[in-house]
This record gives sequence, C-alpha cells and structure tokens, in this order.
Amino acid sequence: MNPYLVPGLVVVILVTVGIGLYGLRFARTTSDFLVASRSVSPAWNAAAISGEYLSAASFLGVAGLVLRYGVDVLWYPVGFAAGYLALLLFVAAPLRRSGAFTLPDFCQVRLGSPLLCSLASVFVVFIGCLYLVPQLQGAGLTFTTVTGGSYAWGALLVGTVVTANVALGGMRAITFVQAFQYWLKLTALAVPVIFLALQWQSDGRPPVTPEAGTSFSVATTVVMEQDATVDGVPVEKGEQLSFDAGDPVPRVSTVDARFDADWLLPGGDGSLFATYSLILATFLGTMGLPHVLVRFYTNPDGASARRTTLVVLGLVGTFYLLPTLYGVLGRIYTPQLLMTGRTDAVVLLLPEAALGGGHLGRLLGALVTAGALAAFLSTSSGLLTSVAGVVFTDVLRAGRSGSIRDFRLATVLAAAVPVLLSLYVSNMDVSRVVGLAFAVAASSFCPLLVLGIWWRRLTDVGAIAGVVAGGGASMAAVLITVLGPPLDGWLADAVGQPAAWTVPLAFLVMVVGSLLTSRRVPADVGATMLRLHAPEALRL
Amino acid sequence: MAADDDPIQPSPAAGGTAGRTRVVLGEAAARRRPADRARADLAEQTPVGEALVRGLVRAQLALALRLALVVVTGLGALPLLFAVAPGVGGVKVFGVYLPWLLLGLLSFPFLIGVGWAYVRWAERNEQDFTALIRRPEQ
Repeated sequence: MNPYLVPGLVVVILVTVGIGLYGLRFARTTSDFLVASRSVSPAWNAAAISGEYLSAASFLGVAGLVLRYGVDVLWYPVGFAAGYLALLLFVAAPLRRSGAFTLPDFCQVRLGSPLLCSLASVFVVFIGCLYLVPQLQGAGLTFTTVTGGSYAWGALLVGTVVTANVALGGMRAITFVQAFQYWLKLTALAVPVIFLALQWQSDGRPPVTPEAGTSFSVATTVVMEQDATVDGVPVEKGEQLSFDAGDPVPRVSTVDARFDADWLLPGGDGSLFATYSLILATFLGTMGLPHVLVRFYTNPDGASARRTTLVVLGLVGTFYLLPTLYGVLGRIYTPQLLMTGRTDAVVLLLPEAALGGGHLGRLLGALVTAGALAAFLSTSSGLLTSVAGVVFTDVLRAGRSGSIRDFRLATVLAAAVPVLLSLYVSNMDVSRVVGLAFAVAASSFCPLLVLGIWWRRLTDVGAIAGVVAGGGASMAAVLITVLGPPLDGWLADAVGQPAAWTVPLAFLVMVVGSLLTSRRVPADVGATMLRLHAPEALRL
Repeated sequence: MAADDDPIQPSPAAGGTAGRTRVVLGEAAARRRPADRARADLAEQTPVGEALVRGLVRAQLALALRLALVVVTGLGALPLLFAVAPGVGGVKVFGVYLPWLLLGLLSFPFLIGVGWAYVRWAERNEQDFTALIRRPEQ
C-alpha cells in the first residue's frame, strides 16, 4: 500500500475537525449555528459553496464517465456548472431577500401554507438522502480501493466525522471547513495533472484513440470480478488475464463502455432525448438542491448573494476543466478499468499508473485520495446541515428560538438514516443516483422557486399540485430506476432520465392549478414581491 | 416562461420598459404628492407603489430571460447540431475535435461571461429603481 496515504488522510480529517473546533469558539448562539450570523464575505462564501457542491460525483464520477463514454458525458460537468447560472439569473438575490433559511421557510414566506411547507420538508429530506447515500457509498468504495479495508468502515468513518463536525460546529465552522476543502480539491486535481501532462509529453504524446484501437501501454494483469465473456470467450470470476504492452483492450460483456469513434465523437448510442433530459435536470436542478440553497442565507444582502453566485460559477467552472483531462489520460494509462468496470477509480489510480510507483507517483496518488476524502466530507457536511436544519425547524418544531442541543439532536437524527442505508445498499451506481437527485430537484423545487419569485398569481393549491405531480413523477422514476427491473426502449429513457417530461409537467400543473384557484392568491403578494425584489439600500 | 401569462404585464420583449416607467410614474408621483412620497407609496402598497415594483420585477425578469435565451441558443442547440450535421463533430481545431473543445473548455468561460453581464445589468436596474424612489423626477 502507498505509504503516504494514511498520513495524507489523517491530515485531512484532523484539519477538518480542527477548523470545525476553531469555528466553535465563535459559534455561541443558534443563529451562529444556522446561518453563520449572516456575516460571511462573498469570497469565503463562494469558496464554501463550491467546496460543498463538488461531491464524489464531480471529483471521481465525471472523470470515470469520460473514460467510459467519451464526449457525450461532457454535458455532466457543463450542466453542473450551468446550474449556477440558472440559479444566478432566476433565484439568487430574491431568495436571499426573502429572509428564509430553508425551502419550507420560503414556502411559508411566499404562500403561507402549512401543507406546502410539510411537502417541501419531505422533498428536502428525500433529495438530501438521495444525495447523501451515494456520498457515503463513494467513501466506502474509495476506502476499499486504496486501502483494501472494508467498505463498511469507510462509510462509517466518513459518516461519523461528518456528523460530529456538523453537530459540534454548525454552519459557522462549516463555512471555513468547506472553503478549505474547495481549495484542497482543486489542488488535488490540478497539481497531479501538470505532472501527468509532462509525462504524456515525454512518452512521445501517445494518441488517445490509436488507429488499432485502445491498447495497453504497459504489461498488465487483470483479475476478473464477475463471470463474463471477454471478446466472445467465457471467463470466470477470479480468473487472471495477462496482457503485454501494445495488446488491444478486449471488450468485456458485463461492462458498458464505448470505443474508437463512438467514444471520440458525439451522438454515440445515447439518444437526443436522454441528452436534453440530462441538460434540463442539471441546468435547473442545482437551484433546488437543499444544501446549495441554505448557503444563500449566509450572505448579508441580495446583491452580495448575486456576486457570490458569480464567483461560485467561476470556481466551479475552473474545477470542471480538470476531470475531463483525467478521463482522457485514463484512456491511455489505465485502460484495464474498461475491463473491470471500476471507472470511478480512474482519478485515484492514474497518478501511480502514469508516473510509476516511485515517490512522485505515490505522493500525487495520496494527494488525489485526500482530495476525494475532502469531496465526501464537504458535500456530506453541507447536505447534513441542510437536512438537519429542516428536521430542526419543521419536524422538531424548535423554531429560531430552539436550543443548540435541539440542533445537535436533529443532526444525529438526520445522519442516522443515510448512514444505515449506505451500509446495506452498496451496489447502487454513484453518478447515476446523483443525476436522479438533480432530476427530482428540477421537477419539484425549481418550478416552485421560479414561479414563486416571478409570478404574482401563484397559489398554494397550484404549488402543491405542481410539486406533487412533477416531484412525485420524478420520485417514482427514481425508485423504479434504483429498485425496479431493467427497462427497454423509450420507456428506459423516459424513466432513467425523467427530467425532460417531469419538469414541464411540474410547471404546467403549477400554472394551470394556480389559474384555476386564482381567488387563493395571497393578499400580501404585493408586499412579498417588494421584499423579494427591492434593493436593501432603500431600507423600507 | 409561465410568468408571461400575467395579463397586467406587457411582454418583456417590448424592451426599454425601464426608461418609460421612470418618466410616466415619476411624473404621476410628482403631480399628486410631494417628491419624497414614493417611498411611502412602496411601503404602504398604494397603486403607484405596486406599479413601481411591477416595473422592477418586469425589468429583472426580462433581463434574466434574455440571457437565458442566449445560453439556450449557445449551448442548448449543440446536441441538435451534432445530431443533424455529424460532420461538425469531426472538425479538428488545434488538433482537438470541436465537440471536446466546445464542451470541455469553452463552455465554462461562456457561462461565466453571461453571468458577469447579468450581475452588471441587474445591479444597474436596481440602481435605476433606487434613484427613482429617492429622487422622483419633477
């Protein structure tokens, strides 16, 4: 095992807990815990939002997808970044001015319907769990891949560190922790990629898609993890296959991957419907993610919320330049992952595979692993804070006057379910589940926020109907995809990437429902609109 | 976008709404009341105050929708383009295939540029609104 690995991971955990404890010195009131006393500067806040947002799916998953499927999946990083533009254009400043802390709070401010608040709480918890389970799973799988330890310990370790940190430090500490983790993640991908590019240069710039097809660059032994057919020949689980440098990479029946022109050029076997569905889900889903929204209340005013979002767009956009390079270089240096199907591990394995097992390769390998750990820690902390915030304010009914002890109780409650789930459900596909969480958010909270902020005639009945129709349909699609049987044909696309029909459905039902119940438009809608849109400088 | 359904609001595409609102409402406010009443109009939800807020919301929404349209035509048309004209996907620029260059590299500065323009113009809309409230034109 890599000797730099354990010290690297221990340092990340110690620094995380250390900054959390340091933040604790400043966190004295409940307000400090929940919204960092609304005194965080845009630069800190933007780094924290980015740190929170770049999860296992971004750090490991995007590179793995590029390695496997090629140019078509570049829509994932583009969409993950573009989501912040949609958030900036339609939501950021008015949402901050609404003064609400959670999504259910926003429903209360805008429509004053307790039923809608409860419904929003259900969706926050559902989306939070849907997003939290794969983070913990990713942590467990990484732990297994790099240390050979058990999956359960990895998931439990990250779960415990995150729960303790959120419960002890709350939001204030988390802001500094998240900001640190953004820069750690960026460094962990940016520094190795420089050495990888130099190595590629000195290897004589081997082509990514050689004429003769993808081939091994060095002699490699692959241990099969499942029964499969390799280039038509049946092979049993556990069998070892050896390849020399220059041998072509065989096609394994159990692994779905693309080769040659399919990989290099757009349009492969993914349909246009699936591509547009993915675009819609990621562009519009970001604004509905509970851990993203909760951050906006830590800005001092609407204008700074806008500037913060722009900085986030810059930070996240910079980060997403890097995973693509890992995916492409992985095609040259770690083609065996196309046989085992563990493409998510490409970021972790690439430094040692390309630079060799010397000190440099191992140091950089430890650095990317530390970055991956930071990705799990920061996203899970943010998710847990927001889910705990909802449990605290809406389930425990503690309100703003609730004690810090109640918030800690809410945190432990909110963490227990996903941690237990992640121990029992270990074989769900990380990036796919995260994509589904975006689809649910895009078809429930996106219409609610956009129409609530810009359309005076939205009513509580219309909003509830829209969330139930769009959110319910996408939730059902998620449950079928994760638990149900495999589907074929157009049904597979419609259920596997539901956003293209659930998002328009949610908007349509919400608008029609509101128009039909136009007498229920809140009497104070004018005052609410003024509060959402008027600059704070007026001090009305 | 469903917000266009509001019959009280003319189409955001009419353009130049901020300038027109400013003159008409400024005059109306000045004629009927002392100049510093515009703030009271806002706070008390009078019809004048209502119209002022509607003007601001309309201007901000029109701005957001226009920039969203820029992104939809700039990025959203790409999958269709690659499907309709596969030849475009095979073009090489500086040794890199065009789709990789567009999606992997150039889309990010494009998004940031649109965001920067939005922040600038949205803040200008708000400054116009604040100026209108503080110093109604005579």
